[in-house]
Amino acid sequence: MTVAQQTPAITTRSTATPPRRNGRWSGYWHLLMARMLELKREPEVVFWVFAFPLLLAVGLGIAFRNKPADAVSVAIVDPAGNLQVMLANSPQHDLFRPHVLPQQEAETGFRLGKYDLVVASDGKGGFAYRYDPARPESVLAKTEVNDALQAAAGRKDAVATTATASSEPGSRYIDFLIPGLLGMNLMNSGMWGIGFALVDMRQRKLLKRFIGTPMRRGDFLLAIMTSRLVLMVLEVGLLLVFGILLFHMRVLGSLAAIALIAGLGSLTFGGIGLLTASRAQKIESISGLINLVMMPMWIFSGVFFSYERFPAVIHPLIKALPLTALNDALRACILEGTPILHQWPRLLVMILWGGISFVLALKWFRWT
Amino acid sequence: MAAAIQCRDLRKTYDSKVEAVRGLNLEIQAGECFGLLGPNGAGKTTTIEILEGLLAPTSGEVFIFGHTWHENEREMREWLGISLQETRLSEKLSVRETIELFASFYREPRSSDEVLEELQLTEKADAWVGKLSGGQRQRLAVATALVCNPKILFLDEPTTGLDPQSRRQLWDIIRQFQQDGGTVLLTTHYMDEAERLCDRLAIVDHGQIIAEGSPADLIERLGGHHVVEFSTSGNSDGASLQAWRGLPSVESVREDSGVIALNVKEPHLTIPALLEAVGQRGSELQHLTTRQASLEDVFVRLTGRHLRDE
Repeated sequence: MTVAQQTPAITTRSTATPPRRNGRWSGYWHLLMARMLELKREPEVVFWVFAFPLLLAVGLGIAFRNKPADAVSVAIVDPAGNLQVMLANSPQHDLFRPHVLPQQEAETGFRLGKYDLVVASDGKGGFAYRYDPARPESVLAKTEVNDALQAAAGRKDAVATTATASSEPGSRYIDFLIPGLLGMNLMNSGMWGIGFALVDMRQRKLLKRFIGTPMRRGDFLLAIMTSRLVLMVLEVGLLLVFGILLFHMRVLGSLAAIALIAGLGSLTFGGIGLLTASRAQKIESISGLINLVMMPMWIFSGVFFSYERFPAVIHPLIKALPLTALNDALRACILEGTPILHQWPRLLVMILWGGISFVLALKWFRWT
Repeated sequence: MAAAIQCRDLRKTYDSKVEAVRGLNLEIQAGECFGLLGPNGAGKTTTIEILEGLLAPTSGEVFIFGHTWHENEREMREWLGISLQETRLSEKLSVRETIELFASFYREPRSSDEVLEELQLTEKADAWVGKLSGGQRQRLAVATALVCNPKILFLDEPTTGLDPQSRRQLWDIIRQFQQDGGTVLLTTHYMDEAERLCDRLAIVDHGQIIAEGSPADLIERLGGHHVVEFSTSGNSDGASLQAWRGLPSVESVREDSGVIALNVKEPHLTIPALLEAVGQRGSELQHLTTRQASLEDVFVRLTGRHLRDE
């Protein structure tokens, strides 16, 4: 005999409207809809998830845009005026911005970084360079100015050479940056959107209230995860479209592959967010925990610069971080069009992080 | 027929130190409105959350219509409407969306419109929860409990912090639910609430029931329905307190910050004798009132403390 059959028939109110029946997925759909409505009505979410990464991309894109090399700023100390004439007559004359100055002023300006190089006439037909070997532009200026002066004085090139300028989309900083921002954004919104949101609901005793109903706990977590995926599509789509329109970014991989990688990344960080939030009772403590978890990945996972700059010894550790795997996979897919199957080690890293976190989170999760 | 709610020798110890509930027995029949009355920290919330199946007891048994929480929790949840103490519902959802969300968890919920109407929230149906007043929020909390058409309604301090009008509105709603055949278990530290709403109540202190019965019963047990309070010029002491006890029809005496309170069966016998006794002592009455005894008097009599004392 089932529990329901044993239930005493207590006469309750007579309902005016016919009773409605809810289907198996009614709770899930309502939870998902409620979550999406809440996100939509939260201006902070719209800013941090959508506007912030775009602003970051614009700012960094402008700061590190590929621009023609600056004209070399040269201070000239030559009362006779021969130097200027020679520089102006050289084939590379438009590379230079010469400033004729007294000795004292030239040296002060050089020390302050105003000039890359000081060229002085030694009064016997030769020239003396003052340059700073620690400043690449100073070293470059010395070479360039020397070449120009030698050419003006009649030196001939021993071998004929040609050079082609190359600033193709795909090899610029912005191309490196945008997949990194995608990865970072997926991490941020996974950790905050799930970790923080859950602890907030726990602190408000809403989780406790929910489990006082027949709500299926799995449905609740599923709805939270689904809302992440929906948001992921918007986040990734917006940033990619933005990169393509504004920075003429070239996307070599298929959209399906990008969606798959981003979706997996989203779920991975959702799992980690869930684990981080499994016990914390206060939003203050979860904020600290989330930052603690994300900090190493901000630094090491190659969001803004390549992790190749770190010593090779720690590269295996860096590659084991979930954000590194996500960033590398996104870059390979978007910039090089690497097929998804060739990326299996990175996908595996993400699956392991996400899967293990999810299982542990379910084991430790506190509803009250 | 099994009792709606029954528990035997319920105990809850936190961190193997703090004994919140210490051997509590209850039996609440279907259709009853039962109150757990006690000061803050008496163990009321712990008790009600154990009965709701949200907290595991350290020991003891709970039966809801004869079933334990280990049997079939999901099925049992279909019967219960719960309002916790201080749940903060999502502020960015509207009243209707919140009720619909809770309704979606149950197999056969009531229509949201009907619940909105009943809780006088129809006008606020499309307002965000964040914009509601305290009374409206509390009615919404009760609405999320009533939308499932429950057999038992659990209310943990439903009217704490509400203005008098909002309290009265909630009382009407609770009474209506009971009249329609529902069972109610509520906790409160308001005496008047317990007196007005509850068929029976248990006074809880330090995790134990120290008295149980109908409000009238408990007051009756006090030994008198009337209280005579007075103060006189000159100091009173323990000996004189005993002297007041000897006046006709007086059942008990206590002193509370200079005011002497007598529990009295028949004030018309006590008061003339009291006036005479005061005159004989050569002191003067500074103050004299008589009133109906309340649950507060019961509580003070049982514990020596006021209910609202922290």
